[in-house]
Amino acid sequence: MAGGIKKFVVGCFEDEAVLFPAVKNVRRAGYKIHDVYTPFPVHGLDHAMGLRETSLHTAGFIYGITGTTTALTCISWIFTKDWPLNIGGKPHFALPAWIPITFELTVLFAAVGMVLTFCYLCQLSPFVKKHHFHPRATDDLFVMAIECTEKTNEAEVTAFLEKAGAIEINTQHAETGWWIGRYDKVQKLYAETEKGY
Amino acid sequence: MSLLKYESQIREPLVDGNKDYHQVTEDIIRPIEMKPSRLWYIGFYISVALLLFGVYSVYREVTYGIGQWNLNKTIGWGWDITNFVWWVGIGHAGTLISAILLLFRQGWRTGVNRAAEAMTIFAVMCAGQFPIWHMGRVWMAFFVLPYPNSRGPLWVNFNSPLLWDVFAISTYFTVSLLFWYSGLLPDLATVRDRAKTKLRKLLYGVASFGWTGSTKHWQRHESLSLVLAGLSTPLVLSVHTIVSFDFATSIVPGWHTTIFPPYFVAGAIFSGFAMVQTLMIILRKVFGLQDYITLGHIEAMNKVIVLTGSIVGIAYITELFIAWYGQNPYEWYAFKENRANLFSPYGWSYWLMMFCNVVSPQMFWFKKLRRNIAFTFFMSIIVNIGMWYERFVIIVTSTYRDYLPSSWSTYYSPSIWEIGFYLGTFGLFFTCFFLFSKYFPVIAVAEIKAVLKTSGENYKHKMTDIEKADAEKFYIEEVEHAH
Repeated sequence: MAGGIKKFVVGCFEDEAVLFPAVKNVRRAGYKIHDVYTPFPVHGLDHAMGLRETSLHTAGFIYGITGTTTALTCISWIFTKDWPLNIGGKPHFALPAWIPITFELTVLFAAVGMVLTFCYLCQLSPFVKKHHFHPRATDDLFVMAIECTEKTNEAEVTAFLEKAGAIEINTQHAETGWWIGRYDKVQKLYAETEKGY
Repeated sequence: MSLLKYESQIREPLVDGNKDYHQVTEDIIRPIEMKPSRLWYIGFYISVALLLFGVYSVYREVTYGIGQWNLNKTIGWGWDITNFVWWVGIGHAGTLISAILLLFRQGWRTGVNRAAEAMTIFAVMCAGQFPIWHMGRVWMAFFVLPYPNSRGPLWVNFNSPLLWDVFAISTYFTVSLLFWYSGLLPDLATVRDRAKTKLRKLLYGVASFGWTGSTKHWQRHESLSLVLAGLSTPLVLSVHTIVSFDFATSIVPGWHTTIFPPYFVAGAIFSGFAMVQTLMIILRKVFGLQDYITLGHIEAMNKVIVLTGSIVGIAYITELFIAWYGQNPYEWYAFKENRANLFSPYGWSYWLMMFCNVVSPQMFWFKKLRRNIAFTFFMSIIVNIGMWYERFVIIVTSTYRDYLPSSWSTYYSPSIWEIGFYLGTFGLFFTCFFLFSKYFPVIAVAEIKAVLKTSGENYKHKMTDIEKADAEKFYIEEVEHAH
């Protein structure tokens, strides 16, 4: 949750065609890209940034088979052990008749489980607040935040981003985690003065 | 330029006009930042009035019992279940557009998927009302859920299609809602970041779950959408299949047919797309979204309508043929005397259904008519009337005469409270839809931006110019790159 306050050089790009080579060059130069914020999913950007594939779909599969087994075990226990109903003398273990419910529960478990996992992994929830590097990152700007370490020369990074085609560059001290907050109030996880910036 | 993606120039642009990313945001989000128009208020108040009438009708039914409806000895389902199946059918288009068309990589879905998914959710909400209130003693409604209880425990019957329906409809509603809302998160964040007033910042801040647009989050979001689409595709087919099992697993003549599942699913998509057309044609006009919901979108949906309408037509004729060919006297009587005989009490409804669902959609073979907005709007209403009559024909003409002529019912016509309940669900549907169109982005902003550079009109023109200048170089640099 709390990653502490760090310093970032933030470069904003207008066009994803400019952003891609910029990401490549920034990584090649050895700077650490904290994240790139985009208004829509830019295909291939995750690979360009060297992010690993998500395993969310694997989680979905596990939730799905959990649903399948839940349905099958519950129904077969209820209809063969707990309260065997005599329906026209037909077998108690009526597997074909249970396929619809088994299927529905598979889908239900997979979908609900995946969405909850997605929200957990991305820290998404009502009243969760995070630092936003640029308000237009959800509109038309591609915002690259480069983390500054002790060795980073800020002026050098700024010049580098300018050369790469960023239209707006600034330096921000930002909290890296999330906190409970509301968007109509200015709130921070740590007070700015706490670390003496 | 080499990062511009290539799409065949033969394809119509999906976004008309000279747009950039910011313009897309402006166009789609501005309507929800302004005060609603007079028309919006008029429509909204009419919907609320209908809803209140529906609430009163249901109040009558709950207080005085099912006798408030004109159901009788053999017609136990009547208007109520007709309306249920009709609404569920309408609720199929949204998920079809967002899931199946996503898997088939149909770019045009981006313009209509958000509103169609919303329509799905509201339609399923309306559908759910009918079986619930039909229970009569509605305070016992929770008995349909399997939970350990002090009555034995007396479990529900897992072999019954009516219970499968409980699971199918509730799963469908939940999954559609999750799919819709997870897609909404990034767009709600866009509204939040543009908000000027404190209240909007608070509400959209809460609603957008603190979305930032981080690349990792987008990567997971894409994965989530794809898997949810993969799950929803068989789900949407299963839901109407299971609804058709409510009829097909019985031995009532006219219901006892194996063709029901595919025939119901095609009919559901057919009526669902008709409702999407009705709503989209109004929406694009009222909110000025003609650049995003283009004639191309309307034509694409009309193609789906003519396809599914023809499938439905084949199904009607097949079941008629099989009823004769099967030589079951009861089955054949139901088809020949109760339905196809124009002069039988309900013969008119069968032929009305045939005309609306089979004959009239054939007009859409003509491109001129597919691209005619007024005609499409008119047809969308005709199709929905036809599909309502399909369910009416199936339910009423199969049950008004049973095996015992002494219990053949007198002519069934609904009571005012049955009609009121139906009108009430229209009120519920449109109240929800009006609120949705006022407070949520009605088009998926992020998804439009993602296809803008391949399918936007101005970008397509740009590509055409490059292609004309040097076709060979263009092929090497752009087309190869895109694949």
